[in-house]
Amino acid sequence: MASTATHDSAVLHQHDDHGHGHHKETFITKYIFSQDHKMIAKQFLITGIVMAVVAMILSILFRLQLAWPDQSFPLLETFLGEKWAEGGRIKPDFYLAIVTIHGTMMVFFVLTAGLSGTFSNLLIPLQLGARDMASPFLNMISYWLFFLSCVIMMCSFFVESGPASSGWTVYPPLSALPKAISGSGTGMTLWLISMVLFVASALIGALNYISTILNMRTKGMDMWKMPLTIWAFFLTAIVGVLSFPVLVSAVVLLIFDRSFGTSFYLSDIVVAGQVLPNQGGSPVLWQHLFWFLGHPEVYIVIMPALGITSEVIATNSRKPIFGYHAMVYSLIGITVLSFIVWGHHMFITGMNPFLGGVFMITTLIIAVPSAVKTFNYLATIWRGNLRFTPAMLFAIGLVSFFISGGLTGLFLGNAALDINLHDTYFVVAHFHLVMGCAAIFGMLCGVYHWYPRLFGRMMDERLGYLHFWVTFVCAYLVFFPMHFMGIDGVPRRYYAFTEFAFMQEWLTVNVFITWSAIISALAQVAFLWNFFYSIFYGKKAPQNPWESTTLEWTAPVEHLHGNWPGEIPSVHRWPYDYSKPGHHTDFIPQTTPFSETMSSNLLHDFEGSAEAEHIQQEWNKEHASERNTPEQV
Amino acid sequence: MENLQVEDRLNLKAKKFLMWLFIIASFMMFAALTSGFIVYTEGNIERGIKVLLPKAFMYSSVIIILSSLTAHMAYLSAKGLQFAKQKLYIGITILLGIAFFYSQFQAWQALYNSGAYFVNYNASQSFIYVFSGAHLIHVLVGLFFLLYALIGVFRNVPQVRNVFRMEIASIFWHFLDILWIYLYVFLLLNQ
Ligand code: HEM
Ligand SMILES: [Cu+2]
Repeated sequence: MASTATHDSAVLHQHDDHGHGHHKETFITKYIFSQDHKMIAKQFLITGIVMAVVAMILSILFRLQLAWPDQSFPLLETFLGEKWAEGGRIKPDFYLAIVTIHGTMMVFFVLTAGLSGTFSNLLIPLQLGARDMASPFLNMISYWLFFLSCVIMMCSFFVESGPASSGWTVYPPLSALPKAISGSGTGMTLWLISMVLFVASALIGALNYISTILNMRTKGMDMWKMPLTIWAFFLTAIVGVLSFPVLVSAVVLLIFDRSFGTSFYLSDIVVAGQVLPNQGGSPVLWQHLFWFLGHPEVYIVIMPALGITSEVIATNSRKPIFGYHAMVYSLIGITVLSFIVWGHHMFITGMNPFLGGVFMITTLIIAVPSAVKTFNYLATIWRGNLRFTPAMLFAIGLVSFFISGGLTGLFLGNAALDINLHDTYFVVAHFHLVMGCAAIFGMLCGVYHWYPRLFGRMMDERLGYLHFWVTFVCAYLVFFPMHFMGIDGVPRRYYAFTEFAFMQEWLTVNVFITWSAIISALAQVAFLWNFFYSIFYGKKAPQNPWESTTLEWTAPVEHLHGNWPGEIPSVHRWPYDYSKPGHHTDFIPQTTPFSETMSSNLLHDFEGSAEAEHIQQEWNKEHASERNTPEQV
Repeated sequence: MENLQVEDRLNLKAKKFLMWLFIIASFMMFAALTSGFIVYTEGNIERGIKVLLPKAFMYSSVIIILSSLTAHMAYLSAKGLQFAKQKLYIGITILLGIAFFYSQFQAWQALYNSGAYFVNYNASQSFIYVFSGAHLIHVLVGLFFLLYALIGVFRNVPQVRNVFRMEIASIFWHFLDILWIYLYVFLLLNQ
């Protein structure tokens, strides 16, 4: 490397001299305590996938219980033991535990760390033209804190009293009184520790992403030439920095309530006939603090997925993204608004109706930027030259879920309607479609699209199509019927639908949903096989398999520390020059200067540079006859 | 070698930026705690601090303002290549930091003696401990940064690095100063 770098003039390139000349990489520094952003991205991805599989298995377990509450599955007892599945039936305590851990793992480990961690790490340096993150060392720490937090969460399955059981939002008093239910004991403590580590990891990651994006872009890459993925990661990281610390505060107070006997969240409580001394606390305080993080968190989950989708849809429609600026401004709008809507989770906490009205309005306003994004996706696809790669299908899937789930948000956002709908399956349907399915599809879309960049090989397309269609159809079959259950008033998180006559009617629907869930879980096996098999035996990836314009496809397929062997390429144009009239290919990489594309340049490409415009006009005059071919009018 | 230093400086800018972001994050944490306090006490006269804040908090404030000054002097000496002075000022800052710790513990003692315990059914009083405790943990981190800078001078690290470490430490230390003043004023206003 050192020899190829010698001709470089800019000092930046000392880095790879430095990276390769001075210290040798061992197995440990390369694969385990790696500081290379590409390796860290893979670590995040694989850990995220493992967590997703665990969380998915948990969901199948509680779906079994919901569909066949009276039936015994001896196999369950074999696997889970007598403690949790005595007589082959999931016990109520365990049911609550797996619902809680399913939610926690999916929201935080899979869709926050697995999604942002993977793609921010991979793409920020590669798409911006940087050698690595601002602080590769902190980046490594970020991954290992995340890993530790996953391990601790898993450990809670092996403690006597079982994992945390008060739902992923861990409302007090259930979460604040170690004796409230069995899951409130050690399991809850482990949950809190795991979460603090997770927040530390997410924060360190976010700090790194922001600093890298603001300080380490290559020559020519001004903010308005960044791909939308980067904008999305950037704003996601900002939301993270502003909201995650709030969770830490909330958790600290909760820990004091649990272990030291303070009364931040506790008041007037009777446990097993005994009046507790705690007075004066307010459980609603927890909800305020939690949802101040919790709502931005859902956008932390969806925004990277939206960014990934923008990129994939533009590439595979062979069209510039429709409304690039509008896309950025709606992301900014979502970022700002996401901090002032948290009250919509608390409409029925006895909130002042006027305040409820304010939260209702802000909530409904957030639908505007969301809708702008949706329309822009549709307009990009409209009459595009579509290439239905698996990634493209997943991107379209995201748009579909985002629409169908977003619409129900409008119903929930109305304080008056929410009185009926709150804590029913309607909410479950809403957020699984708009967050769960949409974000997972965004993540899978990213995996299929950037797999060649991650592993240097291609995934199998046919398995990809199978995976997409089965998952897509089953996801709707699982979540769509839940709307109707919710409208009928069926509450979420109940152990069995057998006690109330009006809920019993829904048992047959539950059976249907569970079968759909099982089939879609099986479809994931196709993905897992495809993913792990292709790492070793996939077709070797070409340099630019999707004919994309962005920088990451100019870096060599073989990973290098420092990303580019010689000079970092500089950037001359925006990332969406697809099918530009007058050019001989249907994409122009960001690295191509305008001087090489005289036949396709437009005057507004030059951002007001009079000299460049002049040169172009001269050229146009000279070539006027050639340019007037019919296909270009 | 010279190139390496230039490269360092390039990356150092991004790293210094990390410090600013970290400050924003920890500020958010305190913003959450103080808004928690407001939500908690809001509209209920039975809640509230209801004790006089100990004098020691005042002394702490003076100490930390002084230490902020010495931290700045250390930074200036680092820039002016006066390493002996730099060591001295960092040393004084660290000592003042430790004195701050002591003074905060005194304040807790005084609160305790006046009946405002941490474990309390009026959580407003518990909040005082939480604010100052969370701040103290940050001070601990700040002391590590100062120590790191001090070790840097003793080890004679290159000047760019020395200034970088010093800058990180002093930016953070000033933040701690401002943060404490914010918390103190907040408590005074809610007394
Ligand atoms: C059109 C925009 C949206 C509106 C108006 C909206 C509105 C709401 C409302 C009012 C609730 C509270 C329902 C209740 O508990 O009674 C809710 C719940 C939820 N929303 Fe949305 N939402 C929107 C988009 C999103 C998006 C984009 C996501 C995630 C990516 C999301 C994720 C969630 C989640 C996770 C919950 C449930 C949290 C829980 O209680 O466990 N929403 N939404
Ligand atoms: Cu929300």
